[in-house]
Amino acid sequence: MRSRLWIGLAGFAVLALVIAALPRFISDFRARELAIVGMYFIALLGLSVLTGYSGQISLGHGAFMAIGGYTTAVLSVDGIYGHQIRDLWTIPIAGMVAGVAGLLVGLPALRLSGLYLALITFGIAVSLPQLPKKFDQFLGGTTGKILNLAKPPFGLATTANNWIYYLTWGIALVLLVAAWLLVGSKAGRALKAVRDSEVAATSSGVSLATYKTLAFGISAFYAGIAGSLYAIANAYVNPDVFPIILSVYLVVGLAVGGLESLVGLIAGAGLIYFLQNHADSVAGWINHLPVFNLDPKQPGIPSMIFGVVLIVVMLLVPTGVGGLVRRAFGPLTSRLYTRS
Amino acid sequence: MVVAAFTWTEFAQQLAAGIREGAIYAGLALAIVIIYRSTRVINFAQGEMATFTTFIAWSLMNHGLSFWTAFPIVLAIAFTGGVAIERIVIRPVEDAPVLTIVIVTLGLALLLNGLTSVIWGGANRQFHGPFSTRTIDVAGVPVSVQDIGIVLVSIGLVAVLALFFRFTKVGLALRAAAVNPDSSRLVGIRVGWTFALGWGIAAVLGAVAGMMIAPVVFLDPNMMQTILLYAFAAAVLGGLDSPLGAVVGGILLGVTITLLGRYVGFLGSTLKLPAALMLILIVLLVRPSGLFGRVAVRRV
Repeated sequence: MRSRLWIGLAGFAVLALVIAALPRFISDFRARELAIVGMYFIALLGLSVLTGYSGQISLGHGAFMAIGGYTTAVLSVDGIYGHQIRDLWTIPIAGMVAGVAGLLVGLPALRLSGLYLALITFGIAVSLPQLPKKFDQFLGGTTGKILNLAKPPFGLATTANNWIYYLTWGIALVLLVAAWLLVGSKAGRALKAVRDSEVAATSSGVSLATYKTLAFGISAFYAGIAGSLYAIANAYVNPDVFPIILSVYLVVGLAVGGLESLVGLIAGAGLIYFLQNHADSVAGWINHLPVFNLDPKQPGIPSMIFGVVLIVVMLLVPTGVGGLVRRAFGPLTSRLYTRS
Repeated sequence: MVVAAFTWTEFAQQLAAGIREGAIYAGLALAIVIIYRSTRVINFAQGEMATFTTFIAWSLMNHGLSFWTAFPIVLAIAFTGGVAIERIVIRPVEDAPVLTIVIVTLGLALLLNGLTSVIWGGANRQFHGPFSTRTIDVAGVPVSVQDIGIVLVSIGLVAVLALFFRFTKVGLALRAAAVNPDSSRLVGIRVGWTFALGWGIAAVLGAVAGMMIAPVVFLDPNMMQTILLYAFAAAVLGGLDSPLGAVVGGILLGVTITLLGRYVGFLGSTLKLPAALMLILIVLLVRPSGLFGRVAVRRV
């Protein structure tokens, strides 16, 4: 187990260095794009704990992001009893509100598994956007709520986009370590046991109730943080900021990144951002192939490509990018892992 | 939150509207049930499959075909498409965990949704159905011919399916293969093909549902997104493996949601979807096998 720690630490140090140095070499706009990738990465980390490690599917994680985003919006615009809260401090609160919502969903999830859980979480994704429309005085209806523009605190001399970049990736790295420690701990092993066989896990003394609910809570907490950051970066929230399809995109990101690979999820997060915002260039590449003649401005293109990617990944490389990397480096690292 | 005075005529009208809504959910719910019954998979692409085939119908009618000429052509295309999807995309993950199969059907949903808007564009279209929208008087309540047609079609579908599953060799083989694939193989059922057949039939049912729904709502690539949730709720309420349950569940759901939306001021029209979600949740917690489903017993 010693070597797992060292490999992990070395990898983490490299990752942190790259992230810290990157804004020096890229434009302000790219920094903003990468910040949003970081937000998807945070949400995917949570989804990975839930789906990858504890085997419970959620098609409703976009909804937990929405809960986080709306919490931040309400707290920083309306505040509590008229006291506005600075956007930075609403982030942990947003995570906790979403986490509690996750625990509540986790309770019925105890009795439901597999398909039924997929149904329920799909229902959450579809029906949650109705709530802001219903409670429009509090949550802003379809037009949504406008937040104050994000600006660096403590008089830091940096642009707003760079600030959001560092904020997001700083939080992402902390949450990555937390998730990494979690899945390697006793609780992590319990989660995996629940995933692999509920019966076997129960008979070994693992409490299904505790761990399944816990996984939901933790994963919703992550999504809430991501949603909160997303609200801060966009400076507004409305039901379209967190569309139904976002939940499905997160599942795509998870599948591409690898169900059981925390770092691989960065690739998944990048794909979610790229396909949504640069679908026109993807259409351009596809048009280089014979037969195809797509109009790059077509609204359906991202969704179509997401679909193809998702199916191809699930059929050909079910372990995702993380699994591929592990297989490529397997011969190197497995020697280090071998216990004597 | 002012609720207008209650009149029995209006109640009857709402009831009729609810039954119509319910019949719509029932159509799609039937398709979900058939796939679940024959392959134990919940198909998240069911809504998009239905939309896609309805757009094909629209194109055919746009080229001058009448509805009833286009109808069998669309059903044939849907059946072929359903079988092809099962053979190409679902078969490779047949033995994979539930999670994998669900993700693959989600991928299908995305792919078909994108493909629909790439081919036909995202605009709303008017779809002229086979029934006139003229209203006739049924026991003092004005009801449109179209509504009656929709309800009759879903009742007809469930009757045909019930006969198919009970009295035909193919139908029995489909049921056997779903319940126990290994033993079915031993008695000579080609299990792989029964799965494909299940997908084909479900695609046909979805196409019928789509062509019934499109005249009521406008035809657009996302028309099934919310209806799919109601259809899931209907299927769960009736019992995921019971075609009769899907129709009864659909109509119960349609009536309940419409009446609640009309008479419970707080719910209004925006909280109908969350209400459907709560219904799924309650049914799954209280009676997971639904009203008509068989209680699942798992051997450990």
